[in-house]
Parts: sequence; C-alpha cells; structure tokens
Amino acid sequence: MISCEIEKTLRAPGGEMKLHLELEFKKGDLVTLYGESGAGKTSTLRMLAGLLTPDRGRIVVGGQTWFDSGSKINLRPQQRKLGFVFQDYALFPHMTVRENLEYGLKSREDKNIVSHLIELVSLEDLQDRRPVTLSGGQKQRVALARALVGKPELLLLDEPLSALDARIRARLQDAILALHREFGLTTLLISHDLGEIHKLSDHVVELEQGSVLRQGSPEQLFLQNRISGKFRFTGQVLSVEASGVLHIVTVLIQNQLVKVVAQEKEIYDLKVGDRVLVASKAFNPVLQKLDS
Amino acid sequence: MNWEPLILTFKLAFVTTVLLLVVAIPLAYWLAFSRSRIKPVVETLVSMPLVLPPTVLGFYFLVAFSPGNAFGNWLEESLGLQLVFSFPGLVLASILYSLPFMVHPIQSGLSGLSPSLKEASYVMGKSRFTTIWNVLLPNIRPSLLTGIVLAFAHTVGEFGVVLMIGGNIPGHTKVASIAIYDEVEALNYGAANFYSAVLFAITFCILLLVYLVNGGYVKRFWK
Repeated sequence: MISCEIEKTLRAPGGEMKLHLELEFKKGDLVTLYGESGAGKTSTLRMLAGLLTPDRGRIVVGGQTWFDSGSKINLRPQQRKLGFVFQDYALFPHMTVRENLEYGLKSREDKNIVSHLIELVSLEDLQDRRPVTLSGGQKQRVALARALVGKPELLLLDEPLSALDARIRARLQDAILALHREFGLTTLLISHDLGEIHKLSDHVVELEQGSVLRQGSPEQLFLQNRISGKFRFTGQVLSVEASGVLHIVTVLIQNQLVKVVAQEKEIYDLKVGDRVLVASKAFNPVLQKLDS
Repeated sequence: MNWEPLILTFKLAFVTTVLLLVVAIPLAYWLAFSRSRIKPVVETLVSMPLVLPPTVLGFYFLVAFSPGNAFGNWLEESLGLQLVFSFPGLVLASILYSLPFMVHPIQSGLSGLSPSLKEASYVMGKSRFTTIWNVLLPNIRPSLLTGIVLAFAHTVGEFGVVLMIGGNIPGHTKVASIAIYDEVEALNYGAANFYSAVLFAITFCILLLVYLVNGGYVKRFWK
C-alpha cells in the first residue's frame, strides 16, 4: 500500500502553482499519471523519490514513513527503496552498460542480478558499450534495467517512452510490463499516450493544475460517456465562402484543414478566427489500419 | 648555470596545484550547486585575483602575516609558522592567487552536467561523496585538466605576489621569475635569457598538451 498526501507550491513559468494531491494505490499496481504538461506530474514523482521536498504532507510506502512534515521525517533519496527512470535516462557517460548497472550494487553484493537484468532486457551484445553509442530505445532499456538493480519495490518512470518511435515503444511497453510482473513491482509512470495507458495501467490518475481531476481504471476514465457514435472536434475558422445557396467554411482542426458545408443561419455571426465546434452524429466513418 | 630558481619554481607550482585541487573541488561544487545568498560574495572573492594587481594581494599578506602584528605573531607562537619570507608563505599566497584558475573550470564543468546524473546516483543509494568521486568528477575530466594546468602555469608565471611576500631569498623564495628580474638588474642578460627561455619552452609545452588532449588529438593519434 502506498499513500501520499502532499502539498507544494511550485514555481511554474506562468507564476506559482499549488500542488495538492492525495494518492493511494495498492502494492503491485501499475499506475499512470496523466495530464497536460505543467500539471505537476514530474514534481509528484520527484517528491516521491525525495529529490524534491514537499511543503507539507505525508508519504507512506509499505508501512514505512518516507516523509512526514508533522513529525519532521524526511528520508533522503538514498534511503528510499525505489528505482527511478529519468526522462533523459541519466546514464553515466563514462561507464559501459554493465558498469552502469553494477554501480547500483552495494559493495560485495552478488553480481548475478546484473547479468540477469541484462538478459531480461536483451542487452547482452551491448553490455560493453558506452551509452553514447546506443540508440534511444537501447538507452531506455539500460535505464530501466539499472533502476531495478537495487531490487526496489517502487519503480518511478518519468515519461519513459515519449522520445521513441512507435515500433520501439510497443516493444518497450512489453518490457515494462514483463519487468513489473517479474519483480512484483509497484510502478508509477507518466504517459501522454492513451493507447499506452490502456495497455499498461491498472489505474490512471489525471492531474490538472496540481490536483487530481479524476482517477480510476483506464476504461472508466477514457471510455465512459465517450462511446456515443459522435465525433466532436474544436477548431478555428480560417475562411467562409459563399457557394450557391450554401457556404463553405474552412476550419483548422489541430493541423488539418477541413471544409464544412454550412447554411446561412449557421454562419450568421461567424467570423474568421472564431473558435468553433465541429460535430457529427449519423455518419459512417472509414476505419483503416495505419502501418506502425 | 644555477638551476635552483627553476627547481624552486616548479616545486612551488607543483605543491600549489596539488593543494589547490583539494581546496577547489569542494569550493567549485558548492559554487555550482548552492543557492545560498552569500554565493555572489564568495564568487566575487574567488574571482578577485583575476583583476587585482598581485602587489595588492602581496601587500596585505605581508601586513597580515608579519610577526610584528597580532595575527602573524599568533601564527608563529602557537603554530610555529612563519609565513613571511618563507616557502610555506609562498604556497599559501600562490593558492589564493591561482584560485580562480582552478575553481572556474571545475565549477563550469560541474554546472554543465545534467542534474539527473547526480540524482540518479542518489536514487541508487550512493552518498554525495561517492557521487562526486565516481560520477561527477570522471565526467568533467577536461575541466579538471584545464584547471590543473592553468593553475600550474599561472603559479610558474607569478611575480608580484612572490616578490612581496617571499622577498628574494636564494633557495627559499627566489623563484625563476624573480631571478630573471634580478639578473636583468645586474645586466646579466645571458642568465636572464637562460631562465626566460626555459620558462617559455616549458609553459608552451604544458599549454600545448592541454589543447592536444582536450581537443581529442591525442586519442585520434593513438587509435
């Protein structure tokens, strides 16, 4: 059981932001933190790891208090049994892959775990290489394996897969799941990719402006109320042209130009630059698999 | 030819550089990562020798360490240290005088490292000392080399501070730069030329070595 209640005033680019969270999840869960950038996801992870000190609150992991502002307990990162995968991987450039992993061992500790982890993430052929010669996906695998050398109970992953392309992503998602199960970990990861969240997580927490907007299983969060056979997009009007009795409105939706036929009464007070909602109900969309 | 001033110069530079390295690493670490309010003041003090005439530094040393006043007297009575006109005094003055040359490269090397390297090491259960020694310092080797060499070369080249605090005692405080001045005063151009040429050649070689190593030329040559 991991429970945390933390408060921290963060200095964000747009001024101060108050982060106030109450989270609780079961041992063995894979939890995803989801939300816009600047919502406080990374800061939450850093506070759990002890790299950032909350202003107030309590963090209890598996019965051990890691932080309690009331009784002035604040374990150093070194004392918290956790693995952390940084967004930039943070591999030590001057060590080989194997040395990076071995660095995490305590003195005179058995080196078998290192070999075992290298095998699990299929890095046998690369173990004597320096990080600089590895691809993004390979570095990610090293970072993942290295985070597990200390046999942590809690694994924190800060946007582990965001910089990778789709194919490597899928393989690494499998690797994360496999390691999560093999080591009986409780894993907390940050992700923006809905597909990834569906595939990996037991529990999703959506953050907004430093507080929990909603949480639940991925199905609860992303599917409920959403299957209504309806498409809704918001966009910006780029032009309105008359074409016979109808009008053609060009709308920019994300980065696509869409032409919409509209009637006189619909464009009555529409100006170029207005934000509009484009919605449709009774039509049959074409579904086509994209090469991944 | 009298090699004594040259040997003394390099002995001074060597001792100064070694001690400076020990002092500069913690200081540079603090300057690179601290958010203390007195940091600008410390930064200024470290950089002062860059702009201050060496004679100013030497003069205040002379005043502070002279056995004629309280502090100098206390040093001599309780620690048996006579810093004025002695080799230990030269070392101390040289350390302060070359401080920015050692601290600045190490400081900028440390602040250039990704903060996650340090944090990754902490999360892996390693102490701050282990982290500095095994992760941070190995990754700023070029900065360390630059600092060591600049401090060494700068100590070899110092004149004003040494003259003020060390005087001109053969075998104790008469380093090469002072010997050159001495010989010129005595119109001994041959001897002055000898010291000068040796200093010129050695400093050239040292600096060339840094640029070769840091520019990666040596590695390319060995491959």
